[in-house]
Amino acid sequence: MTTVEKQLRNAPRNYWYTIIVTVIVIALFYWSTRGVISLKDIDAKGFKIAGNILSGIVHPDTALLFNITKQSVLYLLVETLAIAFLGTIVGGIISIPLAFLAASNIVPKPIAWLTRLLLIIIRTIPALVYGLMFIRVTGPGPFAGVLTIGLTSVGMLAKLYVDAIEELDTSVLESMTSIGCTTFEKIRYGIIPQLFSGFLSVTIYRFDMNMRDAATLGLVGAGGIGAPLLFAMQSYKWHQVGSVLIGLVVLILIIELVSNKLRSKLVKG
Amino acid sequence: MYDKLFPPKKVSLSNGKVVLQKRSRTPLILIVLIIAIIVSMKFTGFSFSVLFTNISSFFTIIGQMIPPNWSYLPKLWSALMDTIKMSLLGSLIGAIVALPFAVLASSNIIKSKTVVIIFKVILSLLRTLPTLVSALIATFVFGLGPMAGMVAIFLFTVSYVGKLLYEAIENVNMGAFEAMESIGMTRIQAFRYAVMPQVLPGYLSQSLFCFEGNVRYAAILGYVGAGGVGLLINEDIGWRDYPSVGMIILALVVTVFIIERVSEHFRKKLI
Repeated sequence: MTTVEKQLRNAPRNYWYTIIVTVIVIALFYWSTRGVISLKDIDAKGFKIAGNILSGIVHPDTALLFNITKQSVLYLLVETLAIAFLGTIVGGIISIPLAFLAASNIVPKPIAWLTRLLLIIIRTIPALVYGLMFIRVTGPGPFAGVLTIGLTSVGMLAKLYVDAIEELDTSVLESMTSIGCTTFEKIRYGIIPQLFSGFLSVTIYRFDMNMRDAATLGLVGAGGIGAPLLFAMQSYKWHQVGSVLIGLVVLILIIELVSNKLRSKLVKG
Repeated sequence: MYDKLFPPKKVSLSNGKVVLQKRSRTPLILIVLIIAIIVSMKFTGFSFSVLFTNISSFFTIIGQMIPPNWSYLPKLWSALMDTIKMSLLGSLIGAIVALPFAVLASSNIIKSKTVVIIFKVILSLLRTLPTLVSALIATFVFGLGPMAGMVAIFLFTVSYVGKLLYEAIENVNMGAFEAMESIGMTRIQAFRYAVMPQVLPGYLSQSLFCFEGNVRYAAILGYVGAGGVGLLINEDIGWRDYPSVGMIILALVVTVFIIERVSEHFRKKLI
């Protein structure tokens, strides 16, 4: 027997495992097609609308896109940007104490566990639900959007901050203690430099995500570009839909580009 | 530019050497940040007084959600299943379709630059569109119901898995691929036996991860009429029937938790 054949024989054989997983996946696939796929609603009207949307994107309403009134796409995009930015700041500030409370190397285990449970619950509730709830608090408008974005950011930001805190290199702190640093000096020169770039990178990433969330929050009336998009679609004004979509896509692409640049700069130092 | 306005500080060392210490950028960045915050507060009408006087009503709503309305569960069941079906089907088909897209977008497999660029642009354009917006468009094309939600999730999955997969393919070790080509395999065979084994675990794990996220997204798609529990959430908040909303949220948390556990188990096994 040659070495190659021996190696081939030694390869792990888990046919049964593969077959069972495949069967389960196919069964799930079959189960989920029941009731979901219904092609009966697609008729000529659907295709016509799809065509209209495409032609709207190709021929956008340039007046709406470039003028500077409160209804213009440009203004609404700036408003969306402001919602996402302020929401990220609010979320970041709330996340820092929560993250320290959830880090198991800082606080006792039960407290860390409870805070983590709270974070999981915050993360699972969809942003739109918060949006609808905050509208009851502040009334419809961008302010509700800011609070919503802030709260949804907390779920993810705090979780990623916790990861950074738990990776803290404590030997640095020990050596600082040994040369006689005070607690404040230890925090300023031992802890903040270790955490800052990680926190900032995560926050910028979340800002990128918040842009997309902020764009959709308008659908529930929480400010931003979502509401005009919905109204334009419901009244079949495809040129306006086209200009809103173009503005949104361009803005999100720019934000993504800038955020990637900043983050790679942060990682490289 | 910044160095010209604020010249670097000169420090003379004890051995007579002069070194330049660049001025810190922190004040500039802080000023820009503070201006941005103030402008955003103007734009969004942020006011602490409204926040502090009305925030209690937010907690009142949460208080009314507990305890949840258990008798609502039977009504909720079919919508919840629709949500899961929608995200499962969308993720599955999306992950399968992402494979050819990713191959066509990876510059080390496809030699034609134009094809690569076209597919990369398609993937990044699809990724920018928020899921809720594509669901909204889909409801106009496919009619109201879970089909529209499925299409929105499908589009998102293609773009997300497609992007991660082409990055993985481009970073693959091409030695094995070249060796197989040199012993006379076709490019497709070489791809199947040299590249696929390297990217497969990552691909499956990303697809599972995407499915996890999609269940969360699918929950809200109903808001624009794309089927699932989103419609019920909207209705019940409109009627101020908060115990029922509490039940929906509880059911969602449990479902998402179970799906996350299962998918995490398989993802750990893959890597």
